[in-house]
Amino acid sequence: MFIEIKELSKFYNNSLAVNKISFEVYKNKTLGLLGPNGCGKTTTIGMILGLVSPSEGEILIENKNINKFKRDEILRRFNFASPYVELPKKLTVKQNLEIYGRLYGVGNLNYRINEISNDLDIKNFFNKKTGELSSGQKNRVSLAKSLINKPEILLLDEPTASLDPDIGDFIRSYIQEYKSKNKVTILLASHNMGEVERLCDSIIMMKKGKIIDNGTCEELIKKHGRNNLEETFLKLARSKDEF
Amino acid sequence: MNFNKIYALGLRHLYLIMNSFPRVLDLIYWPTVQIFLWGFISKFFTLNSEYYNNTVGVILTAAILYDFLFRASISFNMMFLEEIWSRNFTNLFIAPIKIREIIAALTLTAILRTLIGLVPAVLISVPLFGVSILKLGLPLIFLLLSLYLFGITLGLLVTSGLLRYGPSFENIAWASLFFLAPLGCIYYPIEILPFALQIIAKGLPLVHIFEEMRNILMTETVNYLNIFKSIIISVIYFFLGVVVFYLSYFGAKKRGTLINMGE
Repeated sequence: MFIEIKELSKFYNNSLAVNKISFEVYKNKTLGLLGPNGCGKTTTIGMILGLVSPSEGEILIENKNINKFKRDEILRRFNFASPYVELPKKLTVKQNLEIYGRLYGVGNLNYRINEISNDLDIKNFFNKKTGELSSGQKNRVSLAKSLINKPEILLLDEPTASLDPDIGDFIRSYIQEYKSKNKVTILLASHNMGEVERLCDSIIMMKKGKIIDNGTCEELIKKHGRNNLEETFLKLARSKDEF
Repeated sequence: MNFNKIYALGLRHLYLIMNSFPRVLDLIYWPTVQIFLWGFISKFFTLNSEYYNNTVGVILTAAILYDFLFRASISFNMMFLEEIWSRNFTNLFIAPIKIREIIAALTLTAILRTLIGLVPAVLISVPLFGVSILKLGLPLIFLLLSLYLFGITLGLLVTSGLLRYGPSFENIAWASLFFLAPLGCIYYPIEILPFALQIIAKGLPLVHIFEEMRNILMTETVNYLNIFKSIIISVIYFFLGVVVFYLSYFGAKKRGTLINMGE
């Protein structure tokens, strides 16, 4: 087991954002985190990243409680990308990658920046300010930042939200290709069911802070008697808490 | 402490300044305006006040030192606010950088922003008003050190408020120094304050700094005890500021505000 989440809960004042969830992520596998808005996905990601302290439960990385690691020691192994989190807009793409490369202690940084920039095809706007880029370009730069340290654990929060189908497909293909060439465990939160089917080895479905179902895409589709993951999602999301 | 990471964070703010000429202009503009305003006021008081009689530039020197404090504090706040405004906050706080390295980086980089603003203003005060803060001699270094530490402390307290209450605390960032200014006895001796306020004022390093500045310029003697007191008080406040920052950080993690900062 690479990542193990045990009975994790988060209370904000009197409201329960995450309610005793437990799941595991196996090494070099991709787990999809699905659920309607406000179901606790972002809070769960926040707790794994150390941005939010859990109210109860624990997060284990290779059987060791995440709190037992030094902050910089554990975060060096992680990275994160989300279209809702941006890089400094007034800095160029190259400057941003340089700064994050340094913060993550990446060795041979120029080579790594060059390599990731070629892979993600961002070199042609390398010296442009990040704030001047289109959504698709920003997403690719954000993904480049999240891979700059070759993370062992990559958390992606809706990596293709608001992208046109072409760029969305480019990002998904790149993640697939990257995963096939590198050892990386991915936790992917997404509302794009096609993306989840394509990228995830297994999924967990959350609703109102709880895990209501889990399994592979095929297993869940079959179990709920639907034709695809989208229909399965809708069935689970609209159900009246019977799970 | 990892100096490469401190350097990286410093570089982020250096690039920000280098990439934007209006930003550099903004840094220089306000201190220069201050120097002009207080330069003329200083000249007027030198000629017409018994207290300042024949002591050129006491008020202007006070204005420069106060601006140094103001710039140091605002620089620290601004660099932190930049992360919120650019929605880079989450990226920064999930990077493998220790909280003390973030504080160190902001503290060290704030000096750069402060000097960019203040050096041109200080230089023009020499030909325009015949006033040079270098007249304070060696004690100037210690006075600046004490002011800088206190300025950073105020920055730490304001950023702690930003962590605790979110970007809505931003207005306090601008108001924080004006709140303390009356007690700092920047332009007048401490005896002007009512007795009760004098006791509070003595608990701030500002009184000791500005009293000593006036003492050096008006009597041409140095009371190192005053300078020592100001540094000790500043160091105590600085460590308190660091503690408050850590408490706010852990509180923000508990409340989950780190993940929504800037939204």
